[in-house]
Amino acid sequence: MAVEARTKLDAQKLRADFPILQQEINGKPLAYLDSAVTAQKPRQMLEAMTQFYETSYGNVHRGVYALAERATEAFEGARDRIAKFVNAPSSRELIFTRNATESLNLVAYAYGLARLGPGDVVVVTELEHHSNFVPWQYVAKRTGASFRMVRLTDSGELDLDGLDELTRDGELKVVAANLVSNALGTVNPVEKLTAWAHEHGAVTVVDAAQAAPHRPIDVQALGCDFLAFSAHKLCGPSGVGALWGRRELLESMEPFNLGGHMIRKVQFEETTWGDLPHKFEAGTAPIAEAVGFGAAIDYLNAIGLDAIEQHEHDLVAYALERLADVPGIQLYGPAPEKRAGIVSFNMDGIHPHDVAQVLDWEGVAIRAGHHCCQPLMARLGVSATNRASFYLYTVQEDVDRLHDGLLRARKVFG
Amino acid sequence: MEDLYREVILDHYKNPRGHGVIEGADAQAEGLNPLCGDEVAIYVAFGEDGETIDEVKFSGRGCAISQAATSMLMEMVEGRTATEIAELSKDELLEEIGIPLTPIRLKCALLGLGVLKVALHRAKGTPLPAEWSGLDDQFKVS
Repeated sequence: MAVEARTKLDAQKLRADFPILQQEINGKPLAYLDSAVTAQKPRQMLEAMTQFYETSYGNVHRGVYALAERATEAFEGARDRIAKFVNAPSSRELIFTRNATESLNLVAYAYGLARLGPGDVVVVTELEHHSNFVPWQYVAKRTGASFRMVRLTDSGELDLDGLDELTRDGELKVVAANLVSNALGTVNPVEKLTAWAHEHGAVTVVDAAQAAPHRPIDVQALGCDFLAFSAHKLCGPSGVGALWGRRELLESMEPFNLGGHMIRKVQFEETTWGDLPHKFEAGTAPIAEAVGFGAAIDYLNAIGLDAIEQHEHDLVAYALERLADVPGIQLYGPAPEKRAGIVSFNMDGIHPHDVAQVLDWEGVAIRAGHHCCQPLMARLGVSATNRASFYLYTVQEDVDRLHDGLLRARKVFG
Repeated sequence: MEDLYREVILDHYKNPRGHGVIEGADAQAEGLNPLCGDEVAIYVAFGEDGETIDEVKFSGRGCAISQAATSMLMEMVEGRTATEIAELSKDELLEEIGIPLTPIRLKCALLGLGVLKVALHRAKGTPLPAEWSGLDDQFKVS
């Protein structure tokens, strides 16, 4: 008798945890299909933040009184759980930032700007979000390093065959790639890119903003050197993100922001830096947000990342099949088994903003635009796409309503 | 809600008036709405007085609202002078469009008018009111 390794996730039941989903938009129940841009918040996470503010709030690593102790304990406890969430060898390698973008900028400035120069090569991918593209383009320009791009195949996957071409006339120093594409949902072979980078003595900088909410992450198995993600996409609050980095790399880097808390000793002549992770956490941290980040991780862990991944995989396979019969639809991205819960598409003769507008009348919220991926849009030969993205609270009925909304858009535009 | 895409809007979207490029135009500019990626380029040829808009064309891509509004604008401005267009209020265009717009869609609707004002400002030195001056910095010169 076959035994299910894990209980399937019950999205219908989980929806009760999300107060925002209980409302109507334009007289229709809300079908929120834009979790790739930001996820909605469960009551458990909201309550954890409120409780922290009401009982334990103080600044961290400052006072000796009870509240300061409690706040510090909650803040560092969150760090420990977040570090464990990505299987970091040590919590000291887990740095709190404002968001994944700041995490990536930290690496670009504190590592890239200091170490790159003419003759060096920085490689990004054609699938990158601007947050892991623009900082490297900028740093390459500032330092005189070459800036190269891993191309895409027509099915929206990274073309690894051309890798060695990229390093023909320079020394590979940095490979920046996302684990899951926010625009197409492609799950990228980061392990292979990392192995290639390490063969050349380069480091890999992984943007996991779109992966961490949806599948188990293990930095040790990935073998990468830096990994960035944010809380708001995984049911946590906005305003806080994380960077994991290898200890020896973080220790060898200069600070990114300067000021209070990140120092060891300040004298008129010279200032010395604090230990990890504090060296990279100048100023008052997003304290309650970090606590909310930890609570969001607890919430996801209780459901199980494997179950979330499977649920979204089922939804994406259902959606690709369901949407295929919409007249004039063009679907982008790889086969369902190679992608996360994201479906990008265009409707012949209807601009994405107009599609999204008609869907809004139906209470269906999707993203329309370039998804901060203009190089990818250029590759696809479009200025924008529609994107529906799923999460643990998405149900098949949401996909059905997307389907029906698209038929209405087709009717309006003829 | 369907008023947003009333027949005249869809007609201008599907059959844009004055769609194309004027080679060697007397005035031109292009602009984009970075939020949603709407793009509009406008080309103007003046008559013998160097002031009256003899011919005006636009090219671009974007949502129905941005493209239809620019198409309507082409019909509104032909035969008028640069000075008149510099003074043309956005309300006059919005009245022509005739549909209620949310703040986000308003940007789509007014993109073409902003680009035209920038083109005339650059070619003829016509004043660019404060509300459009940001566009002059934002839009790259083509």
